Amino acid sequence: MRHPASRPAPRLSLALALTFGTALSSLPAMAQDSGPMPQGVSHFTLENGLEAVVIQDTRAPVVVQMVWYRIGAADEAPGKSGIAHYLEHLMFKGTDTLAPGELSQTVTANGGSDNAFTSWDFTAYFQRIASDRLPLVMEMEADRMANLNIRDEDWQAERQVVLEERGQRVDSDPTALFMEELNAVLHDNHPYGRPIIGWRDEIEALTRDDAIAWYDTHYSPNEAILVIAGDVTPEEARTLAEEHYGAIPAKGQAEPRLRPQEPPKRTARRMEMSDPRVAQPRMIRAVLAQERDPGAQQEAAALTVLAALLGGSSQTSVLSQRLMMPGTALWAGASYDGLSLDRTRFTLSMIPAEGTPPEEAEAALDAVLTQFLEDGPDPADLERVKTRIRAQEIYSRDSAHGRAYEYGQGLSTGLTVQDVSDWPAILEAVTAEDVMAAARQVLTPQGSVTGWLLPAEAPEEDATAAPPAAEPAADPALAEPAEQTEVQE
Amino acid sequence: MIRAAIATILALMAVPAQAIEIQDVTSPGGIRAWLVQDESIPFVAIDMQFRGGASVDSPDKRGAVNLMTALLEEGAGNEDATAFAQAVEDLGARLSFSAGDDTVSVGFQSLTENRDAAADLLAKALAQPRFDDNALSRVRGQVQAVIRSEATDPNSIAAKEMAAQAWGSHPYATSINGTMDSVASLTRQDLVAAKNRVLARDRVVIGAAGDISAEELGLLLDRILGGLPEQATAPLPDPAELQLTGGTTVIDWDSPQTVVAFAGPGLPLDDPDYFAAFVANHILGGGGFSSRLMAEIREKRGLTYGVGTGLATGLYGQTWQGGMAGSNATTAEAVDLIRAEWARMAEGVTEQELTDAKTYLTGEYPLRFDGNGRIASILAGMQLIGFPIDYIDTRNDKVEAVTAEDVARVAERLLDPDRLRFVLVGRPEGIESDPQE
Repeated sequence: MRHPASRPAPRLSLALALTFGTALSSLPAMAQDSGPMPQGVSHFTLENGLEAVVIQDTRAPVVVQMVWYRIGAADEAPGKSGIAHYLEHLMFKGTDTLAPGELSQTVTANGGSDNAFTSWDFTAYFQRIASDRLPLVMEMEADRMANLNIRDEDWQAERQVVLEERGQRVDSDPTALFMEELNAVLHDNHPYGRPIIGWRDEIEALTRDDAIAWYDTHYSPNEAILVIAGDVTPEEARTLAEEHYGAIPAKGQAEPRLRPQEPPKRTARRMEMSDPRVAQPRMIRAVLAQERDPGAQQEAAALTVLAALLGGSSQTSVLSQRLMMPGTALWAGASYDGLSLDRTRFTLSMIPAEGTPPEEAEAALDAVLTQFLEDGPDPADLERVKTRIRAQEIYSRDSAHGRAYEYGQGLSTGLTVQDVSDWPAILEAVTAEDVMAAARQVLTPQGSVTGWLLPAEAPEEDATAAPPAAEPAADPALAEPAEQTEVQE
Repeated sequence: MIRAAIATILALMAVPAQAIEIQDVTSPGGIRAWLVQDESIPFVAIDMQFRGGASVDSPDKRGAVNLMTALLEEGAGNEDATAFAQAVEDLGARLSFSAGDDTVSVGFQSLTENRDAAADLLAKALAQPRFDDNALSRVRGQVQAVIRSEATDPNSIAAKEMAAQAWGSHPYATSINGTMDSVASLTRQDLVAAKNRVLARDRVVIGAAGDISAEELGLLLDRILGGLPEQATAPLPDPAELQLTGGTTVIDWDSPQTVVAFAGPGLPLDDPDYFAAFVANHILGGGGFSSRLMAEIREKRGLTYGVGTGLATGLYGQTWQGGMAGSNATTAEAVDLIRAEWARMAEGVTEQELTDAKTYLTGEYPLRFDGNGRIASILAGMQLIGFPIDYIDTRNDKVEAVTAEDVARVAERLLDPDRLRFVLVGRPEGIESDPQE
């Protein structure tokens, strides 16, 4: 992300900040009827290959424009990790006609906000602004799709900013360092094992030429998805898109995105890290899992329901009931995000309760999972999860911005508009048998990586030999939705 | 730049006038609320804020309000934690409870079809929470985990030190979570007492938005809040007096970066110079890439990923504060730049800076009202501060009225680098704590 997150309020509330995963949250949604497209959603494709989705919501005079490029950190060449994210930063450094920083300044001067974010599968840019300013932001976004101009005097300072970003997000945070390494262990062969922000020594070596080559190869209308959400009609959106993006020529045919895939896994791998900055032991177990594919989302839907059954509620889900309520774990959860081009992750995580040794807590977790594989889901639990999913669909309509994310992320990870729109109905159709089949795929030691992050005593003042935290590290949160900094008043 | 000129012209045209109509609702039982009715999505969002928040903690029971609030969703009436949560989930309802310095906040979202049943569950949670032993010890453990985590998080360490230096004996000086010891000693009785100190009908302000009429909302609020006592047992917190002095505090922390927190005196929302300070803050460090601090520290020198400032306008005490993080080797340079920019504000701002700040701040305002959840919390927040119901219509005029002289005056009054306290957590090269510390 180019803009920093706003600093957390000085006081945390009760919620334990335990984000092991980093993916964009993609909340499942229920179609309100079985029509082809949910209320307010339409789409079209320009002649140059630019695909567009429009989500109309006229309740407030606000619009969000997003451009998602189908290119991300997992498309980088070995040795050039971080180039996708670095280019994201440089996209704010001007065009032939826009001065460095001018795009953001213009958006701000018009009362809007803008940001960008990078993940393994996509790089996205957005503005949120009064709806009568949509032509202005479209003009500027189209301009930098075609006419980026990285000045000689800007690229090195911006690389320094990225290094500071890595310092803040990763190198100063033992959890992030640990997750970076765990993710690398999980992927022997697939580039998902590399951090989105890049390894430190590789970021240090990135150049302006690398950035220009990346831009010239990958930034093209036929590699992009335009999402317009808010107070706009589909007709207006199309007219404006034609006007501003229509004339940009495609750079050849879009290449198929073929990355090295993971070979079969036979072993259960384990890792452990201790750090004085860790307050209490945490466990994370990750395994590769089926992602949502075009026309084939059933297994991903079952995995989504499985994660909700196991860890979706801190009072009622299986891990809460069997581990948190009896006092074995302070916290236990499961997560899965199917919006991924290649195989994604299914993760379990846990913080043992005070007084429960890590190995005892892990044995208890394993026993719960074994029991679940024997018993299957409680029918009432399954029904409750589906009720939540249905309700969520209605609440999610309160945020046009959130729906824009869902379509943007779906289309940039290989799905069609139809796939994204069909998803709620596919979730609704998941059966107990589907859940069990999915559970047998992911609740298995084979191919898993189990990591423990443990507290360590701080070294004595004169015992200086303690290694400086771990090696370069991790990715976490580049793919989280960008925050809008709230002005206090 | 031609484009900048176009942008300015566009910005001078008014953003579409607010079409927001706020109804002032009084329930049959006498509970007041502000409502924006909008039937386009079949659900309602209600934000209830109980004044006083965790600052009404009895001094020897620090953390009681926070723990009590966390336990409201852990069983009520005849239903234990699991049964209660199942009932909420069966309705597809969303209840949320959180404590802060100034308020305890209760959120309610329900589909229209299940509204009454969801309201009954919330009523039970507020009036008859169980505070069962097993839930108490479980949630107590979670709070203690947060306390432990904060003790090893450099941002929390910096914030805690700054609060301690700023607020003396006022509750603002300590964490709402309490300490390991204070939380360990809290009993069920303490939680009941804490609830009566803050959760009462004389303390609540309410904002609502969505698919509900004024009459329906009145009935619903009586249903939700009717079981609460008329009056809270603790007085509202006293105003806090700012104790902060200028200078530098370094806290040693083994990390490649230093977390930098800085704060000086602020001002309350009803101060005549509030909007001047609001505009000044945008120019100094509130405006993201448009701000002077971002330009100097990030854009020109690459010393940080982000630096920003804000007016921290607590109801009982205020600061003007900011923060950043950067490499240990260059922290000293960044701190010098912050101090210099802090001082330079009193020299005034350019007309261009003033115009850009005002077009952003007035243009951004209407964009906030884009959903039931957001509108409900804005309405509750306005009442909490004591704004009139027509505030939304007049607010941008107050921003527009700010002059360059106003900005210079408030900067002269408040942005004094000699009264600016830095708290640095890390191993910043070439900086030490003030000698007297």
